[in-house]
Amino acid sequence: MELLNALILMANFVLVPALAYGSQLALGALGVTLIYGILRFSNFAHGDTMAFGTMAVILFTWWFQSMGINLGPLPTALLALPFGIAICAGFVLATDKLVYKFYRQQRAAPVIYVIASVGVMFVLNGIVRFIIGPDDQAFADGERFIVRARSFKEWTGLEEGLTIKVSQGITVITAVLVVAALFWFLNRTRTGKSMRAFSDNEDLALLSGINPDKVVMVTWIIAAALATIAGTLYGLDKSFKPFTYFQLLLPIFAAAIVGGLGNPLGAIAGGYVIAFSEIMVTYAYKKFIGYMAPGDWSPDSLLQLLGTNYKFSVSFVILLLVLLLRPTGLFKGKSV
Amino acid sequence: MSFLIGEKMTGGYGGADILHDCTIAADQGEIAVIVGPNGAGKSTAMKAVFGMLNIHSGRVMLDGEDITALTPQARVAKGMAFVPQTSNVFPTMSVEENLEMGAFLRRDNIQETIDQVYELFPILGDKRRQNAGELSGGQRQQVAVGRALMTQPKVLMLDEPTAGVSPIVMDELFDRIIEVARTGISILMVEQNARQALDIADKGYVLVQGRNRYTDTGQALMNNPDVRKSFLGG
Amino acid sequence: MTMNRNFLYFAIMAVLLVIVGQFQSWNLSLSILNLCLISAIMALGVNIQWGYAGLFNVGIMGFAALGGLAAVLISMPPVPAAWAAGGGGVLLSALAGAATIIGCIVAYAKLPKGRARSAIIVAIGVIGFFIMRGIFVPATDAIESVDAAKTGYLGGLGLPVILAWPIGGLLAGGVAWVIGKITLGLRSDYLAIATLGISEIIVAIMKNEDWMTRGVKNVNGLPRPVPFEIDLQQAEWFQNLSASLGQDVVIFSSIFVKLCYAGLFLAVLLAIFWLSERALKSPWGRMMRAIRDNEVSANAMGKDVTWRHLQVFVLGSMVVGIAGAMLTTLDGQLTPASYQPLRFTFLIWVMVIVGGSGNNMGAVLGGFVVWFFWVEAEPIGIWLMDTLTSGMAEDSGLRAHLLDSAAHMRLMTMGVILLLVLRFSPRGLLPEKTGHH
Ligand SMILES: Nc1ncnc2c1ncn2[C@@H]1O[C@H](COP(=O)(O)OP(=O)(O)O)[C@@H](O)[C@H]1O
Ligand SMILES: [Mg+2]
Repeated sequence: MELLNALILMANFVLVPALAYGSQLALGALGVTLIYGILRFSNFAHGDTMAFGTMAVILFTWWFQSMGINLGPLPTALLALPFGIAICAGFVLATDKLVYKFYRQQRAAPVIYVIASVGVMFVLNGIVRFIIGPDDQAFADGERFIVRARSFKEWTGLEEGLTIKVSQGITVITAVLVVAALFWFLNRTRTGKSMRAFSDNEDLALLSGINPDKVVMVTWIIAAALATIAGTLYGLDKSFKPFTYFQLLLPIFAAAIVGGLGNPLGAIAGGYVIAFSEIMVTYAYKKFIGYMAPGDWSPDSLLQLLGTNYKFSVSFVILLLVLLLRPTGLFKGKSV
Repeated sequence: MSFLIGEKMTGGYGGADILHDCTIAADQGEIAVIVGPNGAGKSTAMKAVFGMLNIHSGRVMLDGEDITALTPQARVAKGMAFVPQTSNVFPTMSVEENLEMGAFLRRDNIQETIDQVYELFPILGDKRRQNAGELSGGQRQQVAVGRALMTQPKVLMLDEPTAGVSPIVMDELFDRIIEVARTGISILMVEQNARQALDIADKGYVLVQGRNRYTDTGQALMNNPDVRKSFLGG
Repeated sequence: MTMNRNFLYFAIMAVLLVIVGQFQSWNLSLSILNLCLISAIMALGVNIQWGYAGLFNVGIMGFAALGGLAAVLISMPPVPAAWAAGGGGVLLSALAGAATIIGCIVAYAKLPKGRARSAIIVAIGVIGFFIMRGIFVPATDAIESVDAAKTGYLGGLGLPVILAWPIGGLLAGGVAWVIGKITLGLRSDYLAIATLGISEIIVAIMKNEDWMTRGVKNVNGLPRPVPFEIDLQQAEWFQNLSASLGQDVVIFSSIFVKLCYAGLFLAVLLAIFWLSERALKSPWGRMMRAIRDNEVSANAMGKDVTWRHLQVFVLGSMVVGIAGAMLTTLDGQLTPASYQPLRFTFLIWVMVIVGGSGNNMGAVLGGFVVWFFWVEAEPIGIWLMDTLTSGMAEDSGLRAHLLDSAAHMRLMTMGVILLLVLRFSPRGLLPEKTGHH
């Protein structure tokens, strides 16, 4: 019984939240890694692209809500998602045309792209705050829980309850579907394979007649879609605040680097590695140890490795460790 | 006039010129071989013929048509194929995917061509699902040549296809190249192993410092005492 | 030619400041000037990294914040009650932390490679960490409860605040060394990502470790290197001076103080500028630029590129740290929440790129120009929005929204300026002098 309670406790506070958060990071990191693989730079604007896409989704959600359109128990945002993706993709393609394309033609050094992406990041930052403001926005509707702690307790007779939010369920299912679709696209379709070829060996891809403009365009569209989906899921699960999305940049980069920049599988693994580490390091184990320890003994302190204020320093430390020990990442990404 | 000819090409990578009035050519079904010391500009000449760098005088003709202004991709569409000296495969893609990428511009059924490549290089058929980056050097070169053949080119350009492979594999590769030439494809090839290469060549070019030093049939060059002394090690 | 151009641009800057002095107020003009001087120093630091060596530092904010931290730790009076309550505990937990790290390193060096070693290292780390926190948490709790409204922190060393400037530089340089050691030599993106991360963490620490920085309660009333206005107003010589200049004592005292700061900052700026120029023209600087322009061939020539990049990165970060300490000194308070990446990282980048990367004079000019317009853009932006929306109804929601959002437009404008300069005039207002290498 004690053991079961301990396990449910962990599932409730670590497993479920980390699965959801990890899925969001994985989707974000996939976008970063794809851009790195194809366009060969770390896109600092990715966090703000997520914010921009999510903002578009929110605006459509509000509009649908005002017209009384909804998805019943599911959040209306899911319905708004395709529209948000379209707008985000349009914007991202415009930045490519106005900003990055020039440097591609110049064959500029990677650091120049990075600086340009920082410029784009601030423009996006301004646009998002200008349109929707810097504050928290609520846009989740529909049913809130799949499993409620109270009914779980009544049902199992355990002391500990398990809560699974709708947003968490949707996040994991969407992530699985999106990743499956992406891998199908990359491994089975002509365009997807040409993207992998371009990422592998740009010169040879050109010699094979692969059209670089198309590869770049498709990459941006996919990255915009991934960013919008990741951002919307994160917003549904937690909340939408532009600055939070900027801060997500660090765990997302960490996830992509841990998995090996340029390697899509690695990005997914990296997302979960970061999410689980972050949550496990900032979780207070007091109650858990109390259940596990024999008798009624329970530790005095919270047994928390790190305060939640420092949760993003977990990704940073992992990032540094990977760079120190294995700069190509766990799954061997592109060259250092 | 030859089927493919880079005529009096002068140019380089933007700095000082590397090529000076350099001419190389290949006829239908013929093997033309370029030899010369390291840094002579052999690879540069190949890239110039394929449109990968700008030449500011001279021209490139294919089948009587001036293609000097075309991009490399456009030349692929015209029936030229190029196997670069280094990084000439897609390492994280399977052998079969490498071949598919070679045929990227084709919209018809490519299965037949894939089968032909597997016939030419049986080992590739066995390893079709393996990533090209995991293959041995010789096998990788076969993938590279196979990829280039996928467009069903009229001209195949090879930059040191036997670099870094064992002598046995080299002989094997040369045999395959002769086989390809028999099907009517023109072959323009740079080689470090000058003796063996001139042995199978219909025509040979000796380049030194970006200029044509000797041009003759492969046999004649082999028999030329000056060439033997300076470039074939006696 | 370049001489003239330098002179021209700086003359225009001076005229702009005079205009602000005449039409807005001299107090404002001098505050802008002081921040221009500090910005110029920060821009110099970043120019050392980017202009000399092509290193992209996205963590300028963190290094400036370290300078601010130094100002508090050096200049504030110590709080004896807090030291008595938990000072020993903090020191002890620091020792425990050091012992843990040494334990891990010793285990790594002495034990045979394998799973057992990894397990032991992890065990030492985790146990050591818990011991450290076991001492640390009660100690800091005790410190924070000592007169929380006024102190609640350990205070500083009570030394002259000027000392904090070099110390701030050292602090920033130390952190830069660790980050550089790990990421330099890898792809340039990694330095950018790592600096972004470290700066966020530094600021998070300053916001949350109340026992050290009072966190969001801020540290107010830092000692000053210059006299207080109130003292001046009461000093006889000063009253005489302002009378002889025909100035109001109160206003003139505030101007006088700002002038004192300006003098100090100018001295630091000139010193750092002179040193940077010397360095740039030395064989060391020439080598740096040679490496920047062609890393591959420099590598081939046997120059240890990574080591040299580490030197520049540390030096540049030190300059930023010094400027950060100066800024906190000028503010007279440490407000951790005010460290925003936009203001402290991004704006400095715009200064360097606009001014002219690689040219120290350009960086200084960029610091002046960009800061000036950053400050003056707000009134201009609000005025612009007001004019643009004047046709709308007073109570229109859109109008209110647009007016509220004017501040965000400023960010966007800076982003656009960065992108435009990078694209159309990548060498900036005062381009780097090339030619005789
Ligand atoms: N990408 C390049 N950019 C500038 N110079 C190059 C480049 N590639 C080769 N070179 C120079 O061109 C000359 C000829 O090189 P290359 O054609 O590769 O010689 P080869 O293939 O005969 O060994 C050499 O001096 C080499 O340094
Ligand atoms: Mg060569």
